[in-house]
Amino acid sequence: MNAQVQQLLEIADDELILGWRDSEWTGIAPFLEEDVAFSSIAQNEIGHARALYELAARGLGTTADELAFDRSPDEYRCAPFVELRLPEWERTIARHYLYETADAIRLERLKQSDDPEIAGLVAKIDREEAYHRIHAQMWFDRLQNEPRFTAALEELWLLAQALVGDDFRLQFAERTGLSTESGSEPQTLERGVHTDELTELWEEMTMVRRSQPAGTRW
Amino acid sequence: MVTADQVWEALAEIPDPEIPVISLVDLGVVRNVDVEDGRVRVDFTPTFLGCPALEVMRDAIAERIRSLGAEPEINVRLDDSWSTDQITAEGREKLRASGFAPPAPREAAAPTLVQLQSNAHRCPYCGSTETRLENIFGPTPCRSLRYCATCRQPFEQFKTI
Repeated sequence: MNAQVQQLLEIADDELILGWRDSEWTGIAPFLEEDVAFSSIAQNEIGHARALYELAARGLGTTADELAFDRSPDEYRCAPFVELRLPEWERTIARHYLYETADAIRLERLKQSDDPEIAGLVAKIDREEAYHRIHAQMWFDRLQNEPRFTAALEELWLLAQALVGDDFRLQFAERTGLSTESGSEPQTLERGVHTDELTELWEEMTMVRRSQPAGTRW
Repeated sequence: MVTADQVWEALAEIPDPEIPVISLVDLGVVRNVDVEDGRVRVDFTPTFLGCPALEVMRDAIAERIRSLGAEPEINVRLDDSWSTDQITAEGREKLRASGFAPPAPREAAAPTLVQLQSNAHRCPYCGSTETRLENIFGPTPCRSLRYCATCRQPFEQFKTI
């Protein structure tokens, strides 16, 4: 697998798994507007994953659905950061803010890709993500002085760093105002490592597909 | 033998699955039609990548072309070549008449909260600009929710993409 396809898969896996987690708010968000918002954001992220899988699938001679659902959990390339089930609103918002900030950094870079298919798709994704960023920033502005929110940001920041490569972590820290100094602190969980929560999510996400014979049309 | 004009005419009769007042041609998502030896190739773009109506649109286009006696080939373009600016004038009027505020023009820079909160957005019912943002997100990815302070009517605003 070449580096470019690998990178598409990393982003697609992040978007699919986070989209799945976002969708867990459907029906139970703290208020109706956020129920609608997180459902819509989830739908967008999963749509981005599908389009990115389609590009990656061409390079690998497979299909988007096979990439999304037929790999074993340890084959996914998502960052452990997106796998966590976060039933607390302040942690969900902290992750949303950190994720959208990191996502903007990598999309800005990929929009400059020499590959016109990647640059074109990423430009479209970025247009949609602009609305996610506005939403995340709005919540950041609202909660930035709330102790539960700042504690959640501190807690998740370490894991969030795995979203971008080493070269971009300083930029990520500058945009969030959070520190990259690790000192004796534990290191981030990099891509390739997975939490048990991914396995639980995967069991649920692929259940219907695994229950049907290969080639079933929906 | 079917002609490209006939195909365009036929596609102009396919309603958007989620906003059926407007057709796929009004929406501007049909980007190109090529006819060659009884095969019709249609390029089209999704509005939003996660739009669940994507497959419905693709199947409806294929079905309509088959009914013209031609073999369809549908190419979904996954790029930034479509924007809400490509919704036709007629399409924008159809949207407005059914209570969907048409999208504001796309600008080079991404939209901001200040723009979304500005009163540059006109109520599709009474025409007032005394409207406010209720929610960036709405019942489908392509819509936001706004409220008109003049006629006290909530309404849906097509997002600019």
